[in-house]
Amino acid sequence: MSENVLDLSVHELRRKLLQGQVTAADMVDAALKRIEALDGAIGAFITVDAEGARVAAEKVDRMVTEAVRSGDEKALPPLAGIPVALKDNICTRGLRTTASSRILESFVPPYSATVVEKLQSAGAIVVGKTNLDEFAMGSTTESSAFHTTRNPWDLERVPGGSSGGSAAAVAAGMASAAVGTDTGGSVRLPSAFCGTVGLKPTYARVSRYGVISYGSSLDCVGPIAGNVLDCAIMLGVMAGLDPRDATSSPEPVPDYVESARSGLDGLQGVRIGVPAEFFAPGIASGVRETVERTLHRLEEAGAELVDVSLPHVEYSVAVYYLVATAEASSNLARYDGVRYGLRAEGKDDVGSTIAASRTEGFGQEVQRRILLGSHALSAGNYAAYFDKAMRVRTLIRRDIEAALEKCDCFVSPTSSTTAFKIGEVRDPLAMYLQDIYTIVANLAGVPAISVPCGLHQGLPVGFQVFGPMFGEPTLFRVAAAVEQASAGEMRRPKLEVM
Amino acid sequence: MGYTVDDAKLLADRAKLRFSREQLEKATQELNDMIRYVDQLAHVDTEGVPPMSHPHSFANVWRDDEPKEGLSAEDALANAPDRHGQFFRVPRIIAGEEEG
Repeated sequence: MSENVLDLSVHELRRKLLQGQVTAADMVDAALKRIEALDGAIGAFITVDAEGARVAAEKVDRMVTEAVRSGDEKALPPLAGIPVALKDNICTRGLRTTASSRILESFVPPYSATVVEKLQSAGAIVVGKTNLDEFAMGSTTESSAFHTTRNPWDLERVPGGSSGGSAAAVAAGMASAAVGTDTGGSVRLPSAFCGTVGLKPTYARVSRYGVISYGSSLDCVGPIAGNVLDCAIMLGVMAGLDPRDATSSPEPVPDYVESARSGLDGLQGVRIGVPAEFFAPGIASGVRETVERTLHRLEEAGAELVDVSLPHVEYSVAVYYLVATAEASSNLARYDGVRYGLRAEGKDDVGSTIAASRTEGFGQEVQRRILLGSHALSAGNYAAYFDKAMRVRTLIRRDIEAALEKCDCFVSPTSSTTAFKIGEVRDPLAMYLQDIYTIVANLAGVPAISVPCGLHQGLPVGFQVFGPMFGEPTLFRVAAAVEQASAGEMRRPKLEVM
Repeated sequence: MGYTVDDAKLLADRAKLRFSREQLEKATQELNDMIRYVDQLAHVDTEGVPPMSHPHSFANVWRDDEPKEGLSAEDALANAPDRHGQFFRVPRIIAGEEEG
C-alpha cells in the first residue's frame, strides 16, 4: 500500500498534477482502490460515488491540459482533482444523504450544500459520503444507524465522532481531505483519535446552507486533512459569506496557507495560554506527557507560555447538553414523514403516522436528546434550564474573552484519552463527558483546531489550539509549529494487514 | 423532584415519540440522570448576566427582493413518501363519521 499516490499531501499532488506526473483520474482511481481494499474493514463510507468521481476527474483532467497548454497554471483551481469525502449530513444533489439515520435512509437531496458547491468549483472530487453518529449526536460513530466505523490505527477502537467516517477516510488514505461538522467537538475528537488535522472554524465562517441542522447556534462545518497546510487550503475554499445562510459572516477570508507556512519559521512573539482547568487531573498520563512535551517544544520555538484560567468551564458539558438538545428537539421536529424521509406504514391518521415514523426512524441516542431538549424547553422548565444555560453560556464566553486578553491563543489536549475500545463507554453521561475539552469552542463560537502531537502506545494524541473569533490564522500558525515539532513521533497508521 | 414514567410519557407524546413501557422506564431513568447532572447549573450565580442565544449578533440581514429560481415542484416532491399530482399526500387528518 506504500505506493498510494494519496500518501502525498494536497499541495504536493497539485505540483505533480501541473508537472504531468499524476492526473485527476489517477488520484480518483487511487482513492477508489483504497476504499475497495480497506473500507470493508474500516467502514468509513456509507455511500461511494465511483461513477460520479470518475466523470468529475475526466472534466478536471481536461482543465489541467488546458491550463498547462496555455501556461496559465493559476487558472487551475486550488483543489483540482483532489479526492474528498463528505460527512453524510452534508447535502449533495442527486447523491443520497442520510445523516446516518433510518429516517433519511433513502433521501436524495434536490440541491447541494454551499460548501459542496465551493469545493467542486475549486476542482475537488467527491468520492463518497462518510459515516457519522446519527444526526451527528455522539462521540464515537457507534450511534450510526448503519454500521460502526473502526479506527484505522486499531480496528478494535472507535474513530471518535461524530465525524468518525471523515477522519478515518483521511487517516487511511481513502481521501486526501474530508469535510466534517462540529457541534461539540465532532471534527476535532475524531481528528485526535485518527491522527488527522481537524478544524472547527469560527461560528459563521463557513456557510451551513444545505447542512443538516443539529444545534443551530453551535453547528460549524470544518475541514479534516492529513496535515496543517492541507487543512488551511481546504478552509480557504470553504469559507466566506453565503447569501443563502443569513448567519454566515461577511468577514473577508484571509490567506490561511500563508499563516500555516509562517508557523514553520518559529513562534517568536506568540503568547500561548495554558488554562489551569484544562490541565487538571483526569487526563490519561500518556496524553498529558505528550501534550506537555509539545508545549515545551513550542516554548523552544519562541512562544511564551502564559497561565490563564477559565473558571466556568466546568459547567460547559451541562450547558451544552441543554442548549444542544433544546436546539435539536426543535430542528428535528421537521422529520414528520410528510415531505421526505421515512413514513411508517399502517397508521390511518396523520398524528399516529408522524409519531410512528419518528419512533421507527430515530435511534435511541437521538430520541434521548429530543426528550432532554423538550424538557429544557417546556413551559415549566424553560427558566430553570434553557434560560439558565444561556446565561452560563455568557459566563463561559466571558472567561474565554478574558483569557484571550492575556494570550493570542490557548491550548489543551483534544481529549483526555487516546481512542478507546468499541463498546467501552456505555453510559450516556460518561459519553457526553468525552467532549469536555472541545465543547467550550462551540459555546463561545471561537475557532479551535486539533493537530496530532505524537503517539502514546501506538495511538495518536491530539493537541488543541483555541483562538479568538476569526483567529484561524493564529491557529494555523501554531498548529504548523506543533506539526513540525512532532514530526519525529508521527507516522501513518499501518494498514498492510488488510 | 424527578420525572415519573407518566411524566416522561407526556414529554414523549409532545415530542411525537411513542415508547413501549419498557423503553419508557429506561428513558425516564436516563432523563433523571441527565437532569441531576445539569442541575449543577443552579449553583452558578447568573444575577445580571444576559442570556447568550447565539455567537454573533447579526440582526436584520436583508437581501434585495428579487425573484430567483427556487426548487421546482418536481424536485420538491421527489422525496415525498406519498403524493397526489403536485401535492404531498398524508393520511386522514380529521376523523371520519364512521368512527363516531
